[in-house]
Amino acid sequence: MAGPRYPRFDTLTLHAGQRPDPTTGARAVPIFQTTSYVFKDADQAAAIFNGERPGHVYSRITNPTNAVLEERIAALEGGVGAIATASGQAAMHLAITTLMGAGSHIVSSRSLYGGSHNLLCYTLPRFGIDTTFVDPREPAAFRDALRPDTRLIFAETLGNPGLDVLDIPAIADIAHGAGIPLLIDATFTTPYLCRPFEHGADLLFHSATKFLGGHGVAIGGLLVDSGRFDWLGSDKFPTLTQPYAGFHDLVFAEEYGPAAFIARARKEGARDFGACMSPTTAFHILQGVETLPLRMQRHIDNTRKLVAHLDAHPAVESVIYPELAGHPDHALCKRLLPKGAGAVFSFVINGGRAAGRKFIEGLQIFSHLANVGDAKSLVIHPASTTHHRMDADALRAAGISEGMVRLSVGLENPDDLIEDLDRGLYASQK
Amino acid sequence: MKLQVNNQTVYAYTGTQDLLPDQDTIVFIHGAGLDHTVWLLQSRYFAHHGCNVVALDLPGHGQSQGTALSDIQAMADWVVRLLDGLDIERATLVGHSMGSLVSLEAGARHPQRVSRLALLGTSLPLAVSEPLLTAARNNDHGAIDMIALWGHGRAAQLGGHPVPGMWMMGNTVRLLEHSPPGVLYKDLNACSEYRTGLDSARRIHCPVLLVLARQDRMTPVANAEELIHSLGNLHTVILEDCGHMMLAEQPDQVLDTLKGFISGGQAG
Repeated sequence: MAGPRYPRFDTLTLHAGQRPDPTTGARAVPIFQTTSYVFKDADQAAAIFNGERPGHVYSRITNPTNAVLEERIAALEGGVGAIATASGQAAMHLAITTLMGAGSHIVSSRSLYGGSHNLLCYTLPRFGIDTTFVDPREPAAFRDALRPDTRLIFAETLGNPGLDVLDIPAIADIAHGAGIPLLIDATFTTPYLCRPFEHGADLLFHSATKFLGGHGVAIGGLLVDSGRFDWLGSDKFPTLTQPYAGFHDLVFAEEYGPAAFIARARKEGARDFGACMSPTTAFHILQGVETLPLRMQRHIDNTRKLVAHLDAHPAVESVIYPELAGHPDHALCKRLLPKGAGAVFSFVINGGRAAGRKFIEGLQIFSHLANVGDAKSLVIHPASTTHHRMDADALRAAGISEGMVRLSVGLENPDDLIEDLDRGLYASQK
Repeated sequence: MKLQVNNQTVYAYTGTQDLLPDQDTIVFIHGAGLDHTVWLLQSRYFAHHGCNVVALDLPGHGQSQGTALSDIQAMADWVVRLLDGLDIERATLVGHSMGSLVSLEAGARHPQRVSRLALLGTSLPLAVSEPLLTAARNNDHGAIDMIALWGHGRAAQLGGHPVPGMWMMGNTVRLLEHSPPGVLYKDLNACSEYRTGLDSARRIHCPVLLVLARQDRMTPVANAEELIHSLGNLHTVILEDCGHMMLAEQPDQVLDTLKGFISGGQAG
């Protein structure tokens, strides 16, 4: 293409969404720790309330610090806009409740983060939204589970715990064939490794708590709208195509065009559900996003070294990582995740549940806790912690073996991490 | 609202308000490959402040059926047919980019139907570069990229959208992607081939507002000089630190300028 080019990804991680503060000249994004904003006059106040002028009213709905983060993530993902939420769970809830109400149905991958599974399986049915769970490695299973009342297909870029790589283009085709959008949880990959909108996804969210922040100091979520889905081409989404009594009969798809979904999510969801991100949290997440390309590359480099080491270790039965030739999604991984398959992976220790416990207790650098995506390396043994009430058969059904250990690889020196793993493995086999 | 124009169903946004016979009417006309949503903030304001608003989708654009029209003159006549369909005798025409040429031409061809003209992001001739035309002719995404990059001011390319949480470049790209194949080329070609604009400008006698942007690389300020000299009853406003996509980049400044012009017949 002749002429100028779009700013590159790593430039956007530092600059997108921000202009130096016009009042103070501050180069860093200021924390606007305020609940509310003074109007210039009555006319401006009325115009902002009625969506005739841009502006801030109340920080539950918009905030200048949050707006920088929202715009930056929308830019990095290639969307039209985003909303920062109190957590990744809040972002997922906001997406679903913006699209549908009681009497609706979701088709979801069964390989999910536990919190997402809980929301879909136990909580939303109380509000009349049912979910059918299917194997993410079987695109046809998504199609087979569709019903006339299905309003959404949902899956993660990398499933939990088997790191199933989602065939986003195939699942997106199925969703679009049914006139419904595809929502992706892109937490494990971040836009550095995968930009789901480029593969056909319509909506996505992040638990910004993980790699986007990277420091493990703030809980937050981000919901992003690609702006691609043709809401007016379907009669399944009256929240976007019919007059909304809660905002003077506004028809979001007619008024906002590509931004209809994210506009409704803010004007209704942020207003009424109120699961907003604090501006200080937005600032913390922004500090992480500014170094996202550097950190993610180091995460990947470290992960590859650890995977190679464990894959050759006599105390290890198997390593589950899509970049390994034996992983069922290896070819798909090469196609959709050429820069890396993330920094979370699992492996199975010889010796079952007892060996797993000993391994964990033998580690010194890896922190034993229930989180991923920190700059520090993390470890958990599902059979003795998150899934400890399950017997061997139940664990097997969930794709978890008794000796399985999940690692979230951090940014430490990889040699120190390898030595730490060796310490734990030695202890596990005694 | 949807209505019939030339036996085709077309769409015009009215701010979800009824059009009342005792109110002034403002018609908003979008640019190449775009639709009525570019006027979101400005059109909603006037619709809720005592004006009839008709933010139209030209044929083949947005929600309007039909084939995109091939020349500016045909678009101008079509706008007047739309006014006929709405039983509106006279209106203020507000056009951006290609829409400004349509407004100008409608004012010249149908002076009794036009009370004022606001021409935003305009120049004459509105020359479209050959690489852009070629890419658009081939339905190459490069055409959309060029418009996004040349269309936004320097700062706007990195964001800072006045509407919190929105990514301006992404919205422009997506709007243009929604345009059916061939429409963008037809529009750009219509702009490029519109060579009678200065003659039309000399036939305009109603008040005219010209809103230009200092960083506009698609319709640079310098390229509006001949137009300025050809228009009589004119007020010109130049927006600083702003590109061609002024409706999104500086929505308040555009609105305030239009308010001053429309309320008093004077430019803001």
